[in-house]
Amino acid sequence: MTESLQPVIVGAGPAGIRAAERLVRAGLRPIVLDEGQRAGGQIYRRPLIDDGRSYRSRYGSEAGKARRLHEAFEAILPAIDYRPETLVWNVSTPERGNQLDVLLAGVHRQIGFSQLILCTGATDRVLPFPGWTTPGVYTLGASQTALKAQGCTIGDRVVFMGSGPLLYLVAWQYLKAGARVEAVLDTAPVTSKRHLLTLAIHAPRIVALGLSYGLQLQLAGVKIRYGVRPEAVLGTSQVEGLRYRRRTLTGEAVESIACDALAYGFALRPETQLADLAGCRFRFNGRDRVWLPERDALGRTSRSDVYVAGDGSGIAGADASEISGELAAAALLEDTGRALADAAGLVAARKAILRQRDILEQAFPFPDDWLETVPDETTLCRCEEITIAEGRRAIAAGSIVEINRLKALSRVGMGRCQGRMCSAAATELLSGACGTSAGEVGRLRAQAPVKPIPLGFGGSVEAEVRS
Amino acid sequence: MSMNPLLRRRYRLDETLVPFTLNGTAQTGRRGDTVLTAILSVSGRLRQSEFTGENRAGFCLIGACQDCYVMTAQGSRVRACSTALLADMAFITDLGAVSETAHD
Repeated sequence: MTESLQPVIVGAGPAGIRAAERLVRAGLRPIVLDEGQRAGGQIYRRPLIDDGRSYRSRYGSEAGKARRLHEAFEAILPAIDYRPETLVWNVSTPERGNQLDVLLAGVHRQIGFSQLILCTGATDRVLPFPGWTTPGVYTLGASQTALKAQGCTIGDRVVFMGSGPLLYLVAWQYLKAGARVEAVLDTAPVTSKRHLLTLAIHAPRIVALGLSYGLQLQLAGVKIRYGVRPEAVLGTSQVEGLRYRRRTLTGEAVESIACDALAYGFALRPETQLADLAGCRFRFNGRDRVWLPERDALGRTSRSDVYVAGDGSGIAGADASEISGELAAAALLEDTGRALADAAGLVAARKAILRQRDILEQAFPFPDDWLETVPDETTLCRCEEITIAEGRRAIAAGSIVEINRLKALSRVGMGRCQGRMCSAAATELLSGACGTSAGEVGRLRAQAPVKPIPLGFGGSVEAEVRS
Repeated sequence: MSMNPLLRRRYRLDETLVPFTLNGTAQTGRRGDTVLTAILSVSGRLRQSEFTGENRAGFCLIGACQDCYVMTAQGSRVRACSTALLADMAFITDLGAVSETAHD
């Protein structure tokens, strides 16, 4: 029966497209399921219609890579079974067969797979602070998506805050697009940037680009601050400004800045729910403070018919995602007796990028002291509107030491986003309260459906399934 | 509503207009807009939160945070950031307006 099944790739970003390309080259016809309207993923996302902008204008220094990836997709399109706007919301466990539950144009379907390559990507990693749910506050990635895919800026006078290379890149892109960049507020101390010197040896292009963005922002008169912690968004129905603290030579200073939009974030967090539902074994990654599906150098998981690639298997960026997509497909071909993987070169290239990520993480560190200074009445979970105080009370009342227990008793992580926006903070909150490390509080288990889906009962009534 | 539009359009400025209604009022978006872009180019929110009623206008824009659900005049909901705007769509972002209508 399985002979008639095809490999299924979930995701059509850098990893998914390169995986599909490799399988097509071996004579296979994979099914590619894409939640997006057009292939490209998030970093090389395409607009719904052509808006007259060049690749250079849309993707900047990565224009060549974006164009090559899109062209590669168009070239294999006749040879694959591509299904855009398709949400995969469940994967059957091995005992229950090789089935995906999908929602395709509002219709539920089941799709079988011979093997599964998960290229599910990442979302922004965020942490709460007073006012983070105010209209006009977006993630850093969102501010870039608005510009890249819709040709809009999130406001006229924008503040960018957080930690990561994206902070300076998006601020620069907004400057180029004609927005007023009121400030770039780096949450990392200025001393962390010394690690860029080390990075320059291994990845001179990345460092040169980053320095160029920083320099152009400064030349344009943009205020750049380091060691920043936000105190509160000013304005209630919309963003009117931001009050923040920053480290100075003599101590701390509190400053306010007027703006009509704020974009913030702290690098990315992987989308791992489908690998979890598939029953793959997970391991804690201390550097990224996140649980990842166990994988070998090629992307094999603990489940013999499931492979992982791209940022969903560990944050490593678009270049590494293209490589790991091809590697996962090569592993699949080897495991099914079609071709030896012969992947030493690609494995080495991916390893080199992973080493660069280690240095990058030191130059743009995660603010692990964040929750220590966020007021208790701040919203922790934006779906269920649970405050940090309620989270703390639940932890104390139930002597909670495990993250799923916290979810059960406080509803944090139980809402529509399934913890995508609050799990980083919930982990920090719980490990802080228990005096343990982030890895010791356990892993928030995925639940199907991994995103809200409409359910038709008798074809007329609509309801929503939440877990 | 005294709220200012959130988004500022930089491209597709001359693209074909697409009519829709927002809380019963005629509005226009542009071809190639998502529902989110169309609404936030003329308004400052997409919905009010279930528990505290605070204004929300989306957050991640890539279909992950589920914060940008918008109610349609037909009573269903769409995820605004990942739904293309179609002509004559009708949205409700002001629950007060709905309950007033219901009492009439």
